[in-house]
Amino acid sequence: MYEFRMPSLGADMKAATLIDWKIKPGDKVNRGDIIAELETEKGDIDVEVFEDGIVDQILVEPGNKLPVGTILAIIKQDGEEVEAPEKELITAGTKEAKPKAPEPKISRPGYQEPEIKEKHRVRASPLAKKVAADLGIDLAQVKGSGPGGAIEKADVERTAAELKKEEKPPEMVSPKEKEVGAERPAGMRQAIAAAMSRSNREIPHYYLETTIDMTQPLKWLEMENKKRDIKKRLLPAVILMKAVAKALTDVPELNGYWQNDQLEIQDGIHIGFAISLRQGGLIAPAIHHVDLKRMDELMPDMLDLTMRARSGKLRSSELTDSTITITNLGDRGVETVYGVIYPPQVALVGFGKVTERPWAENGMLDVRPVLTATLSADHRATDGHKGALFLEALNRHLQDIENYD
Amino acid sequence: MTNDKVRRAIIKVLGRIAPEADVNEVEPDENLREALDLDSVDFLNFLVGLHDELGVDIPESDYNQLQTISDITNYLTAKVTQ
Repeated sequence: MYEFRMPSLGADMKAATLIDWKIKPGDKVNRGDIIAELETEKGDIDVEVFEDGIVDQILVEPGNKLPVGTILAIIKQDGEEVEAPEKELITAGTKEAKPKAPEPKISRPGYQEPEIKEKHRVRASPLAKKVAADLGIDLAQVKGSGPGGAIEKADVERTAAELKKEEKPPEMVSPKEKEVGAERPAGMRQAIAAAMSRSNREIPHYYLETTIDMTQPLKWLEMENKKRDIKKRLLPAVILMKAVAKALTDVPELNGYWQNDQLEIQDGIHIGFAISLRQGGLIAPAIHHVDLKRMDELMPDMLDLTMRARSGKLRSSELTDSTITITNLGDRGVETVYGVIYPPQVALVGFGKVTERPWAENGMLDVRPVLTATLSADHRATDGHKGALFLEALNRHLQDIENYD
Repeated sequence: MTNDKVRRAIIKVLGRIAPEADVNEVEPDENLREALDLDSVDFLNFLVGLHDELGVDIPESDYNQLQTISDITNYLTAKVTQ
């Protein structure tokens, strides 16, 4: 059995509003399935489930704003019997719901729980009971379709419809969309303020900077894009991201989290890339496994993720999984970025604008397109030497762009 | 006719990539990327969207001709009627 709780979608999130369930009791879910939709300061987020199982109970109704950690649903393993004690359903009217730890009894195969039969006890989900009460339906009239004949919300509603054909079941009260949407920029600003204050207070940043000759990468990109259909064309941002991932495989100490007073290097290279939201605020959704993907796969990911970030439609894993962040302010004419690390990450890579500059090499002077790359890193986790190795590797991989894939 | 179709496509695609923007506020001769603060990913999404809507190919070397809404409308109208 596993308790599906309100997830923390980043160091800066404290609470979110449940908008909708995509599941009902009895549904089979697989790891990665979207099971709920949340309204957060970062837009509407599709929340994924972490484990396979069967939905046992839903404990919260849509419309509630709930703190991180609140148990939202109980998910059991296939074949597992969960007998949770009566839990209070958090209904649409409940404000300031507090996380409660349930104490469900789990009976394992082979162990027979003594069966206590209650005469008048009808098996029904908490949500079904609530709906029945709201509709004035006696549960004894309802035929259950859930596991073991348990009554579910849908059963209650069906019965209600049959009893009073002309009356429709009441719709769930949902928060007024405009109101919530209007709160978002202010809420997001506060969330960013909290995360960045924490970063500045706790993380001893060090900064390194290097200038990269972009002649080769840009020449390759231009040639490549001529051959490509518009949908397959690559942006400089995707080359930079791929090169960062390659450099991180050389210097993995920058790919991870500072947690429990130590550096926890992460195996997967999930790169968050900062997207400035025009209505205010910032979001850095992750592209997963950048090191393992070809640029042809990364480009559509980047286009799609940007579009969804703008329309407020991201998945929870995209907000929680970043192991490092890239910020690219070159589009806005900035040449050098000294970024603030997003905790608990330990590094942030910044790129500025490509500009033409005099470039001396082998005693010759030339004009070249150059780019300033910066690294902000957590001095608790790494030292400047590691950071320097990273920037060196980044440059090397960028010059080697034609040999990717 | 074609001009209208192109303009409708532009507004439709902008609505997807910059849902918060009021496209009617943008002057025909204003630089679109600056007016709506579109980054390079947004702009590529915009061109890909136009390609899907209108079925025209837009080579990368033509990107610098596509600065304002009137540029883009003229460019695409010519391509569509070709």
